[in-house]
Amino acid sequence: MQFTRSRAILCLILLVIAVQVLTRVTGTQFYLTQLTMAAYYALVVIGLTVLMGYAGQISLGHAGFFAIGGYLSAALTTHNLVPYAHSPLVHFLGRIGVLVQGRDIYGEQLLTVTPWAACVLAVVAAAVIALLLGIPVLKLKGHYLAMATLGFGIIIYRIALATDYFGEADGISDVPGFTLLPGIGPVGPLVVNGDFGNRVQNYYIAWGLLIVGMVLLLNLIDSRVGRALRSIHGSEEAAEAAGVDTARCKLQVFVLSAVYAALAGVLLTHYNGGLGPSEASVMKSVRYVALVAVGGMANLWGALVMGVSLTFLSLRGVFGSYDDAVFGAILILVMLFAPDGILGVRPGTLLARLKR
Amino acid sequence: MKKQLNNIFLAVAALCLLAAPAVQAGTIKVGAIFAVTGPASFLGGPEARTARMVVDEINKKGGINGDKIELIVKDSGGSPEKAISFAKQLIEEDKVLAIIGPSTSGESMKIKKIAEQGRTPLISCGAAEVIVNPVARYVFKTPQKDSFAVRKIYGEMQKMGIRKIAVVAGNTGFGKAGKGQLIKIAPEYGIEIVAAETYDKKATDLSALVAKLMANKDIQAVVNWSIVPAQAIIAKNMRQAGWKVPLFQSHGFGNIKYVQAAGAAAEGIIFPAGRLLVAESLPDTDPQKKLLLKYKKDYESHYHEAASTFGGHAYDAMTILAAAIEKGGNDRDKVRDAIENLKNFPGTGGVFSFSPEDHNGLDISSFVMLTVKNGKFALYQGK
Amino acid sequence: MTADLFFQYLFAGITYGIMYAIVAIGFNIIYNTTGIINFAQGEFVMLGGMIAISLLHVMPLPLAITGAVVLTMLVGALIEILFIRWLDNPSVLRMIIITIGLSILIREAALHIWGESIRSLPYFNGNEITTVTLGPVRVSPQVFWVIGVCGVIVLLLSLFFRMTPLGREMRACAANRRAAVLCGINARNMVTFSFMLSAGIGALAGCVMSPITYTQYDSGTPLAIKGFTVAILGGLGNSMGAVAAGILLGIIEAYSISFVPLAFQDAISITILLVILFVRPHGLFGSGETARLKEF
Repeated sequence: MQFTRSRAILCLILLVIAVQVLTRVTGTQFYLTQLTMAAYYALVVIGLTVLMGYAGQISLGHAGFFAIGGYLSAALTTHNLVPYAHSPLVHFLGRIGVLVQGRDIYGEQLLTVTPWAACVLAVVAAAVIALLLGIPVLKLKGHYLAMATLGFGIIIYRIALATDYFGEADGISDVPGFTLLPGIGPVGPLVVNGDFGNRVQNYYIAWGLLIVGMVLLLNLIDSRVGRALRSIHGSEEAAEAAGVDTARCKLQVFVLSAVYAALAGVLLTHYNGGLGPSEASVMKSVRYVALVAVGGMANLWGALVMGVSLTFLSLRGVFGSYDDAVFGAILILVMLFAPDGILGVRPGTLLARLKR
Repeated sequence: MKKQLNNIFLAVAALCLLAAPAVQAGTIKVGAIFAVTGPASFLGGPEARTARMVVDEINKKGGINGDKIELIVKDSGGSPEKAISFAKQLIEEDKVLAIIGPSTSGESMKIKKIAEQGRTPLISCGAAEVIVNPVARYVFKTPQKDSFAVRKIYGEMQKMGIRKIAVVAGNTGFGKAGKGQLIKIAPEYGIEIVAAETYDKKATDLSALVAKLMANKDIQAVVNWSIVPAQAIIAKNMRQAGWKVPLFQSHGFGNIKYVQAAGAAAEGIIFPAGRLLVAESLPDTDPQKKLLLKYKKDYESHYHEAASTFGGHAYDAMTILAAAIEKGGNDRDKVRDAIENLKNFPGTGGVFSFSPEDHNGLDISSFVMLTVKNGKFALYQGK
Repeated sequence: MTADLFFQYLFAGITYGIMYAIVAIGFNIIYNTTGIINFAQGEFVMLGGMIAISLLHVMPLPLAITGAVVLTMLVGALIEILFIRWLDNPSVLRMIIITIGLSILIREAALHIWGESIRSLPYFNGNEITTVTLGPVRVSPQVFWVIGVCGVIVLLLSLFFRMTPLGREMRACAANRRAAVLCGINARNMVTFSFMLSAGIGALAGCVMSPITYTQYDSGTPLAIKGFTVAILGGLGNSMGAVAAGILLGIIEAYSISFVPLAFQDAISITILLVILFVRPHGLFGSGETARLKEF
């Protein structure tokens, strides 16, 4: 098992490199733009897969965590603090080195929080919110859990849409790039941004992160925690009787998946240079659920493949005006005919199911 | 595990098959990003239909200088992340000459920088002034500036002796931008805003809001700034509550559907709009009249629905681009220069005269004050 | 707050609340017989309004509304037969996802059939500015139609469930499905029938509300969320509870605008829902005992 898993990861890494080389050779590097975006969305999807597929807890509010990450990071790195330069808080922030000075494209002086500080703050905020929310929410089951997480998503959406600080309906634009590592000597800096010239680098950043995230989750589900999670999904009472602290396990996974979503939100926002309330919408949350379902619920590889490929197609506009309808249809068809995901379908069982 | 790997390869192989289509000789590609579905579809729907109609007509006449136009319409669903993806795709992959749209201000602001970097002209149909202020080299927009609409309304209020008003707006980009301008410009006209509220774009009843505002006896008039159905609802709720103060709407009211929805409650609403809605009653000397009547007739016979000013924004974007292509050919920079040098070009929104400092090209005379009389739009004559 | 304003808010709140309650009743009917929360309930409301508006071109208003209700009931039955009936013992998670998918598909289909523009039925009495004066407040006659229809629905439903054999069979299924089957009740048909009933009620609600709220392809989802909130507040499965909870939520929403900006109104009602879920998941008016008997 251990051996095949590392081999699978190795193949994935080679594939990622092969795709980049292939696009370079064929002069179709523009594919990397959507592949990069899709990788970030897939990060949300694999995080949610562990929560939904392995721990058996539905969440209709994961776009909310994505938005917390994206919005906080965008607002902190974009809103100008120059008017407040003399307030004690800003002074303190400047002293501990989390502020950066610069100029915007129109030459105005800018004083903002550094992306690193903003990123850490945004992800920690999402984790804390997930923790506080998870304690009461994860006690609920079935429809109540679905409704509570949906409600959380709607509240985040409403706040984004009603708050001037988050740009209301327009969202936040002109978000600066995120310098992960400064340039050292001949090696240029590692920056997350949407510049056309920076595409290859960003492709590798996104996929590198996705692969690291994937490895962590694969290890998690093979560990003691993973076995405990599966026992919760099977029967919570039985798991409890066997000595599994189910509440604690569920909460840990909930927070972990929120962190994945928030981190994806932060990086995609810097890559895109902005975000709008659509990232926090109910439809987005439903999409993540659809991608988990189509990947096979308890199947991380399935979630990764379907998460990347369907998002890629959607972002390229392949579905046109039927984008939402396609995702709706996928949800229904998968749940009716292939609750184990379309990658697990065998024609024989499908026929058998239809005959019944 | 092996099976899963095979699946990964299959999926990627399938994606790679979607290679870019070959470019035909003698065609000029134009990209369009509109919110045809989703929450802003009442903008994107008419815009996409109009753009298609205009392009069909150009091609039927044999194209521009012999080149046919190929319009690639992308439906963003009003989501900025899709607009960003599509903008990059259109610029790099489809190598379009220029992009028209997006429909909303939020999306336009997100792709402003991408158009600049990609050195591709972008003619936005978003309303907010920030799209062209500060000016970006390649970014233009066709809808009239909010500030002109605000000035028109405040000017009328001054004539009527109104000093204290309430402002209500929808929670869309349009509402947000308008509310901002209303608050900013009010002091210049000696007007005080005593209440400001934002309602949801899917609001179904605003009688509680009306009751709250009505209790404030200082309010002499209400300005509503939105493009959503709620602007008909607020008119209804005000009249039902028996509140007689004048109701001003924004240019977002320029769709006969809202008048029909508000029915008897729409009578007497005052709002600024382009001349499209009253084309028939314009004097024959008006430079826009012929074109407005033609657009109205074409759109209505094509799609069997009333033409609105929203579709007009896309009409202007496409005809301006066509005029620029005539001069600049299939060259992004030449077309950009051609747009910037376009003067006295009649469109549905007004007569456009662009300059390096003004990428909207319209002045305050592009608006006229309208009212609703017997369920139809009419020029407002004052009291 | 003056007395006038107090009563204006009260009436506005009751109007909102009754509309939410009718949607919530639709949720409850399906929930009672199947244990499924039908996330597509809001779409039935939208379909009712849209179909009636289309039929109005060729027939008078009462007929158009009847036609819309019947057609929507057929849609409800069709949905049950195609997507629900043949699944045996599906998990709650699966049912939630299927009904969400249905809601999206119906909404997108409506967009492609009727387009994105708003439509509405005419006011049943008078027009947009007709009002009835009730002491200090003025109310549109359509509000009385909404309240009246809600009252009639609640009354007829309770009669139906108590007096008619069919209603009794449905209740038997709700109480104990296996026992009902053993008694010779065709439980599957009962489920189909509950979908038809709740689709019909949704459609009727969509028709009486249309003059006030207008109908647009995507007007179902926000209503469904509010209706769902109300159904849980009142205790899932409890129709009288839904009416009381609906009016309560409506009134809270109406009064809330004098304290917080209108833009946060929805966030407030959802926060109330979350608090109720955490503290009293069986709802304000439900009993903990019966809630535990249901499978979630």
